[in-house]
Order: sequence, then C-alpha cells, then structure tokens
Amino acid sequence: MSKTPKIALIGNPNAGKSSLFNSLTGLNQKTGNFPGVTMEKLTGIWELEPKRPVEILDLPGIYSIYPKSIDEELVINILGDPKHPDFPDMAIVVADASNLKRNLLLFSQVRDLGIPTVLALNMIDVAESEGYVINSIKLARELNVEVAEVNAKKGIGLNGLKLSVIKTLQNRFASNDALPLPVSDEVIQEVQANFGEAEIYRSLLWLMEHDHMKMFDKKQRETFDAIKSKHHFSSKKYQSEETVKRYEQITEVVDRCVINLNRQWDAVPVRTWTDRLDKFFLHPVGGYVFFLAILFVMFQAVFTWATYPMDLIDGGVAALNDWLKGVLPDSALTALLTDGLIAGIGGVLIFIPQIAFLFLFISLLEETGYMSRVMFIMDKLMRRFGLNGKSVVPLISGVACAVPAIMSTRSIGSWKDRLITILVTPLMSCSARLPIYTVLIALVVPEKNTLFGLFNLQGVALFGLYLLGFFMALVSAWVMKIILQAKEKSYFIMELPTYKGPRFKHVAMTIFNSVNAFVFEAGKIIVAISIVLWVLASYGPGDEIAQSEAQIRLENPTLQGVGLQNKISADKLEHSYAGHFGHFVEPAIRPLGYDWKIGIALITSFAAREVFVGTMSTIYSMGGEVDDENATIKNRMRAEINPATGKPMYDAALGFSLLIFYAFAMQCMSTLATTYRETKSWKYPLIQFSYMTALAYLSAFAVYQWLS
Amino acid sequence: MANLADLKIGEKGEIVGFTDELLSLKLLEMGCLPGTEVILTHLAPFGDPIAIRVSGSYTLSMRREEAETMLIKRT
Repeated sequence: MSKTPKIALIGNPNAGKSSLFNSLTGLNQKTGNFPGVTMEKLTGIWELEPKRPVEILDLPGIYSIYPKSIDEELVINILGDPKHPDFPDMAIVVADASNLKRNLLLFSQVRDLGIPTVLALNMIDVAESEGYVINSIKLARELNVEVAEVNAKKGIGLNGLKLSVIKTLQNRFASNDALPLPVSDEVIQEVQANFGEAEIYRSLLWLMEHDHMKMFDKKQRETFDAIKSKHHFSSKKYQSEETVKRYEQITEVVDRCVINLNRQWDAVPVRTWTDRLDKFFLHPVGGYVFFLAILFVMFQAVFTWATYPMDLIDGGVAALNDWLKGVLPDSALTALLTDGLIAGIGGVLIFIPQIAFLFLFISLLEETGYMSRVMFIMDKLMRRFGLNGKSVVPLISGVACAVPAIMSTRSIGSWKDRLITILVTPLMSCSARLPIYTVLIALVVPEKNTLFGLFNLQGVALFGLYLLGFFMALVSAWVMKIILQAKEKSYFIMELPTYKGPRFKHVAMTIFNSVNAFVFEAGKIIVAISIVLWVLASYGPGDEIAQSEAQIRLENPTLQGVGLQNKISADKLEHSYAGHFGHFVEPAIRPLGYDWKIGIALITSFAAREVFVGTMSTIYSMGGEVDDENATIKNRMRAEINPATGKPMYDAALGFSLLIFYAFAMQCMSTLATTYRETKSWKYPLIQFSYMTALAYLSAFAVYQWLS
Repeated sequence: MANLADLKIGEKGEIVGFTDELLSLKLLEMGCLPGTEVILTHLAPFGDPIAIRVSGSYTLSMRREEAETMLIKRT
C-alpha cells in the first residue's frame, strides 16, 4: 500500500478517546484545520508495524451519529461523505466498558455506515469494580468485529489493538446491510437512483441529515425533501424509533456477553468517590464558595508565581540588549536589532509564564471533571444574563485567550446563547492584557500586604480587574439578551463525568501547545509590529529628525551630557512618523488623560493589545533616559514626568484610566477574525468591535475625570 | 402523570415516555430509554438544573424544564 491508511478515533465524550490518541501517537501529533471549518484537527502517526505507519484522526466526542451541535456536525460530514479528504479507511470506536450499552449505540451506527470498525473496550477496570465482567471474545463474535481490551490512560493493550487493526485492514470488512429498523425499499431506491449506490444506512442518513451535510447543494436538498414528503418519511420519528430499536438489539447482545455480579445496585447504593465529592462541590453554598476560592487562588498564584520567571526574562532581555549595545558599533542596524527586534521578542517571551500557568489551571479543571460541575452550578445564574452554564468554559478560557475560547462555544447548542457568549467573551481579561495590567498596577498600586497581611494589594487589584471584565461581560450579555430575539430553545442535557486524576502528560501537552501557538502565531505579529514601530519612531517626514539635534543644541547652549542626549532623543521621537501619528490622535484621547506617546501605543495595539508593552519600551527607550542600569519598562515609565504639572506622568488617574481602557477595548485582530469565522458574518465582529471600543472609551473617560 | 422534575433527592422512577420530540432524541441517545430506572441525585442551587443517575451507571444533568418533558412512574 503506497498511501498511509487513515484511522478515525470515534467515541462518546469521556470514553477515553483523547487518552488513547495520546497513548497511540505519543509526541507524533500535529494540529491543523479541517477544510472549510475552523475546528482544530488533531492527527498523529501510529507505527502499526516497523515501517508501517497509519494516520490517526481524533474526532470530537459524540453520543450518536446524528449531530446536535456544530462540533458534532463535523463527524457526520466526514463519515457520511466517502469523497471527503478526511474520510477514514477504518475507524476505532472507543467504548467506556462501564457504560457499554450507551457506547455501543454509536458503534453500531458507525459500523452500519460500512466503515471497517474495531471496538476498543476501555475502562474495563472501572466496569469490574462495579461488578461487571465482560466476555470480549463473545462480544467480538456477536458484533462480528475485532474487539480489543485497552487501558487508554496507562497505554495497556495497545499490541492487541494493533493486531485488531491489522486484521481489519487486511480482511474485507463485512458490513451490515440490514437496517436496524426497516424503511420501504422505494425510499432507499429513490435516494440511490438520485445520489448513487451506497450502504443502505448511509443513503438513509443522507436523506435524514442532508441539511447538516456540506456535500449537498440546494438543488440536491430539494430532491431529498421531495423524496421525504412523497413517502411521508419523518426523520425525527425514524431517528427516535431507530435509537430504541438499536438499544433493544444492544441490550440482547450485552446480556449475553456481560455478567453482572452486583445486580442489586439500587438496593445498596454504592457511595463512590464521585458521589462524596459532589456532595461538596454541588452544595448550594459550599459549591460557589469553593469555585470562587479556586478562581481566587488561580489569579493570586498566577500573579505571584509567574512574576519570578517573568522578572528573569525581563532582566535577561534588558541585559542582553545592554551587552549588545556595548559590543556592537553604534549604528542604526544595532538600534534596530536591540530596540526593535530584541525588545519585540522580549515582549513575546514575557507572556510565556503567565500563559503556561493559566492553561495549567484550566486544563486541570477540565481534566478532573470539575469543569462540568461548574457548568451545573452556574447554569441558572448565567441564564438570567442570556448565557448558559456551558458559557462558563469559554468565559474562563477567555482568561487565557479569546480565540480558543470563542471556538469552544461550539458545544453550546442554542444559537442565541452561543452568539451572546461569542460577543462578550473578549471582555474577559485575556493573558495579552496581563503584561499591561502588571506594568500599570505596579506603577499605581503600592506593593504592600493587606487584609491581615494575607493578600498582596497588587494581587487584589489584578483580581479586581478580572472580576470587572467578568461583570461587564454579564451586563453586556444581559443587554444583548433583551435586544436579540430567540428563535429556538436552548438545552442543557449533558453528562457529569466521574472525577478522575488528571493525565499530567495531557496537561503538559495542552500547556506546550498553547504556549507554542502563542509564541509562533501571536509572536510573529508582535515582532513585526515592533519592527515597523521602530522604523516609524526612528524616521520622520522630510529632514525634521536630522534638524532636531542642531535645533536642541541651539536652544539649550548650556546643556551637556545625559541631559542633552535625553532632550535630543525625545525631540527626535516627537518629530518621527510615530510622533506625528500620536499627535494626530491626541485631541481625541486627551479627555482620557493620554498624551501622544500613549496615543502611539493605542494605535499600534489596535491590531494586538499585547503590543502595548513592547511599544512602550520602544518609545521610552528612545525618548527617555539613557541610564541603562534600570532599563526595564516599568522604571522608564515611572520616571516619566508630565510636562504640564511637573509631577509623575503615571499617577492614579491616568493609570486606572488606561487599565479600564485596556480591560474593555477590542484590540485583537485574531479575535475579530475568529468571530467572523464562527458567525459567518461581518456584522457580528463589527458589533463586537464597536460596542467594546465605545465601552472602553466612555469608562476610561469617566474614571479619569473622577480621579483627577 | 408524574414527570422527572417531580422527584425529590433520592427518589426513584422509571421512564415511561417523553412529551418533547426533539429533546427525546437527545435523551434517548444518551441512554434514557423507556423502562430505564433513574434516581434524582443532585439539585443545583435554586433547584435548577437537576442531576439524575441513569440505570445506576452514569450521571446526567438537565434543566428543570427539560426534566418536565420526561414522564416517569415512581418506583
């Protein structure tokens, strides 16, 4: 075989699909995008035998082949369309053995599609601890497929799985040609006459689900609808009867293959760890207290723990720049390298500790199963604001980055709930805002302990900003709930998985992937903008910059040394292109307390707000002091004097005005692009941009006027 | 006829039918078939959503208004 065979991993949520994926592929993983949709596509290479690799494709967890939300639609689009570029050569259905009947429903549907299928029985230990003994040899015979017992988390049973896969790839797969629930031959014949020969179940699936399948155009959909109405075929009725029928057949098979040693489960309820923990986590009072405590610890920790590596990176970059300036000749190229490029890269690297910590917490909450408890206790509350318990995950993920957060709204079934969640998620303070918060808080909030010496005041201020973002997201959602008209009902039926210990490898991989994506995706933009900015700040229209030095010397004949240098560089910056831009916007931002230097930072950070700190370092390293010993951005900004008052520029009024502006403003191209992709309309990113910018401007204005 | 939302914590019932076609599709594929035994195990603060244990093996959560569409027979 010349082509690498493709194997799709399919299974219920929480059946251990991603654990198996990690066990099979190890570090041979690749993320990409499915064609036409923005959903992340996870593929990996599994060595079946030496020199015989197969490609494993991880599909979203589903309960049945009939999609109920947008991320579930992907599965039927791939499995239902043999011409799809990701259509697999075979499938591995991962089944939770402690929940066998429900998992076999999906299995039977995949098998009936005519896709060669192997059944991987996972979590047999859990099933056994609950008193179920499964005869997998008999099960394989009954289902007429290869069955492999695996422990996905520990990576046990993979050789058996290999053998099953090899056998299934080699032998022709005997597909099941009988439908679980018969329909009239004419219906199938008519579908096949119009759309070609296919497995009977596949033809039927096309008839029922064509609306959700991208392979059909409008005309073909009309043909399907005509067939349906001609034969009075009701998709919903068939689906419901099919599900019941399949369960009947599955129950017969399971009854023959599984022995239950503990039939009296209802007589003596087993108190599992999950029950005990839920008593606490789902408690009407304790549940909320615990959730808030977790969030508080998360932010307090992120702020204090992350500062150590961040100071190291900050200091390291400054030291490297000083050293380079010392050894390299004093030229424009050196300046571009140090103040432009390296300062820009430093601005990217400094994010890493905080992003890593945030993703550590978020993935731990997801891994352990606690996140769905949060959805459970938050649903009623969120619903009042036009959101949904499931909005909690995007909102919390939004604390790391709005882009994956907006993409994670796909699991929300209702369009209105989903749209509101998308629109308000960027109000959550993402990690790109953190460096801005960090720098500004350090400037305007004293570093001392408060509340019986327990909490750091700066940490409390940071937590307050996050709460403010969350509060504003709720208020905005509530307003949108009133404006937007709902067409369909939202639903909230979901599984509460058992608590599990986190898979640390998985957590590590999540952190690595997020940091990696940030450094290389966002990093490219930040570095590019830093360089452009350096150029704009170093050159100006005409010969203004060239004349600057002579002019200053002429005006200040007595000035010498550092003082003279400062005046010259400040004047040069003011006459550069960047300075002109800054002056141009100054009238508009004056009411917020900002000068033209901050104006430059505002303009550059409209593409990506993380550029703010980098811009500030570029601007102040050019226009500010030359005393390189304390060359961190914080110190440079602290030394800045307001020319109008003669007092420090960054006082409380300006600091808080800037903090509020950055908390609410929509300054991220990637987020707007994601909103466009997810809503398939320019209308919504435009609304998002306008309402957030207006909110930012008005709030910053109010804060500045109030405090000054 | 009683529905799932009528149960109190710890009470049991057997599913007999559904009143909402669309929701029933979702519930059926998640294993809530007529004849299956359910126990109400948790109520979220303010009594909504609720969580049920289905045939003793896994826990589902749903909103009160969704639970009202599931008809049950107390056991």
